[in-house]
Amino acid sequence: MTDLRMPNPVAAPSRSRAEERNDSSATDAPVGSVSGEVSAVRGYLLSRGNSAGSDRFFAGAMLLCALAIFALVALIAVELMTQSRLSWHAFGFSFFYKFNVDPITHLPLFWDPVNGVFYALPFIYGTLVTSLVALCIAVPLAIGLAVFLTEMCPLWMRAPLSFFTELLAAIPSVVYGLWAIFILVPLLREHINPVLMAIFTEPGLTHLLGWTGLFGDNGLFGGVNLGLGLLCGGVILAIMILPIIASLTREVMRSVPNSQREAALALGATRWEMIRMAVLRNARIGIVGSVILGLGRALGETMAVAMVIGNSPEIHLSLLSMGHSMASVIANEFSEATSDMHRSALIEVGLALFLVTIVVNAFARILVWAVTRGAPARVQ
Amino acid sequence: MNKRKRFSIYVMTLVMAMAGAQFAMAQKLTGAGSTFDYPIFAKWFSEYSQAHPGVEINYQSIGSGGGIQQVSNGLVDFGASDGPMTDAQLAQSKVKLVHIPVVLGAVVPVFNVPGVNNLRFSGETLADIFLGNIKTWNDPRIAKDNPSVMLPSMAINVVHRADGSGTTFIFADYLSKVSSAWKSGPGVGTSLNWPKGIGGKGSEGVTGLIRQLPGSIGYVELTYALQNHISFGAVKNAAGNWITASIPGVTAAAASVKNMPADFRVSITNAPGATAYPISSFSWMLVPVKAQDAAKGRVLRDFLSWMVKSGEAQVSSLYYAPLPENVGQKVLKVVYSLQ
Repeated sequence: MTDLRMPNPVAAPSRSRAEERNDSSATDAPVGSVSGEVSAVRGYLLSRGNSAGSDRFFAGAMLLCALAIFALVALIAVELMTQSRLSWHAFGFSFFYKFNVDPITHLPLFWDPVNGVFYALPFIYGTLVTSLVALCIAVPLAIGLAVFLTEMCPLWMRAPLSFFTELLAAIPSVVYGLWAIFILVPLLREHINPVLMAIFTEPGLTHLLGWTGLFGDNGLFGGVNLGLGLLCGGVILAIMILPIIASLTREVMRSVPNSQREAALALGATRWEMIRMAVLRNARIGIVGSVILGLGRALGETMAVAMVIGNSPEIHLSLLSMGHSMASVIANEFSEATSDMHRSALIEVGLALFLVTIVVNAFARILVWAVTRGAPARVQ
Repeated sequence: MNKRKRFSIYVMTLVMAMAGAQFAMAQKLTGAGSTFDYPIFAKWFSEYSQAHPGVEINYQSIGSGGGIQQVSNGLVDFGASDGPMTDAQLAQSKVKLVHIPVVLGAVVPVFNVPGVNNLRFSGETLADIFLGNIKTWNDPRIAKDNPSVMLPSMAINVVHRADGSGTTFIFADYLSKVSSAWKSGPGVGTSLNWPKGIGGKGSEGVTGLIRQLPGSIGYVELTYALQNHISFGAVKNAAGNWITASIPGVTAAAASVKNMPADFRVSITNAPGATAYPISSFSWMLVPVKAQDAAKGRVLRDFLSWMVKSGEAQVSSLYYAPLPENVGQKVLKVVYSLQ
């Protein structure tokens, strides 16, 4: 209000500058003739000469930086393909979905380096399942954390909370893995898994929801409870991607203009409605973006998962069973892979990981596009 | 001022003289391979460099597979591997290589059974446990070998190495010698298709899992078990004696091998000696017969004979088993024949 009455200190010089620009553009050709009138800024610009050359150089340099990304991706793809040629020729596309059947146990046989059998399905399955479990745990937690931090956190708590969130992101993954072996595995085995098993094998629920295939002894939480396995891998991944998603989501939410919040509150929204309609709705694209980044880390994470997933190339529905992931099989076996076919198959697993990452990212982007379609924020 | 100047001239001359001396004799060798050998190599190479100024030997512990590949392509001056190269690998190699045994390793069964500190395993029992045919600790076949032990009726959790490893190779090599089912099943290799069990990453991963899971059994290197004070079970050897792994027992296994082949590519698991520990193996250095650079070849030859004559005496301090006398003499002969 007061601004309007006072002479605007910003407006005045900007007006004079605009006039000056008009003046000089009007008398552009015969600059020299009105040399006495040239301002200091104009004089400097003129004395510096034409900048078109350096502008073009700068643009070229930036373009080169951008193209480096394409070059890197292409180099990686080409190298992976040439190095995996041997196994590609031996197994073809069936590398990604086929398996042999063990003659004695009649169980599927995916990966037998001694006899040269290499099929990547259990690794793809393990990577996708652990990442999915991780997202299911980490996304609600991270969004809740971000909402608390931006909307309702008392001032004294804000700094330590942010600090510890970022600290979680800085812990090396091998430390997470060790922590998981010694703390998380016993915790899951003794306290959490028994509860989940009790719920999922409860006769009433099994009878009611058995058709989903997720309940009962062959369901999502059937089998032997060792604490290790796909669930443990998913939980450790969730802890690792939580800080990424949480801190990015917080930044996105912080960038939602306060006027939006005030408007929602002014229209009589409760605090929750304000958060839902003004903050989450406006920030949703950014939130999905941060989830994609977290998913990227989950898909590629190696060490921590390798330490707790059980490292056996099998496919079971139960999250308590052992599994294997693409990144961890490469890390485990590459250095001591003595046969060429084994090495080549491992590189092809790397190629598969590369492709799965691309497909998952593309799918997520399509999802974002389908949900938003560039529509402006609106209140339902 | 003058004094300081003179002093600095002295220092500079000294530095230049030293650099010159270094330059004149400097020989830089690189090797790559087995992680198992890395600690003893590090000790040997630093002591050898101290005794021979100007010689520098670098070793990258990238794993046996990588070592074989790099030395076969002539990228490094020597390789190291826990398992011998196959005939096919030797035929493919661009450089003609010889195997030089450097130290001996052994693999011990490690277990976590509440209330049980000592267990004895025969080879067949171990194979059946790892095949999944023996499922509980109070199985009669385990009980028969351990008459004085109260065994619980607990389920057996098998823990194995998930990463490709020479340790797995030695263990599987032993099991395939004592069990035909193992030989026709999982077979021998640095990575296997395990019939059952959980994979731990590295020796520390395996021991970590075993400590965490009551009723579990796994295997680690003897050096790792000794360094970390992990108790382990005794194994029945080919002569029918129960042997708890020890450094002399491993050396005895190597000494008892009859008809040592000239290229040392021999498995010494299930060795015949009365005191031989059955799950033992050589670890080899892979050395080109003809060095690409004659001066480097000379240094490597000198190092290898130093290793046999004085290096072997130090290996027990790092919990490796030294080569037996008779093998050392044969190794020296091969070393002298290198070009």
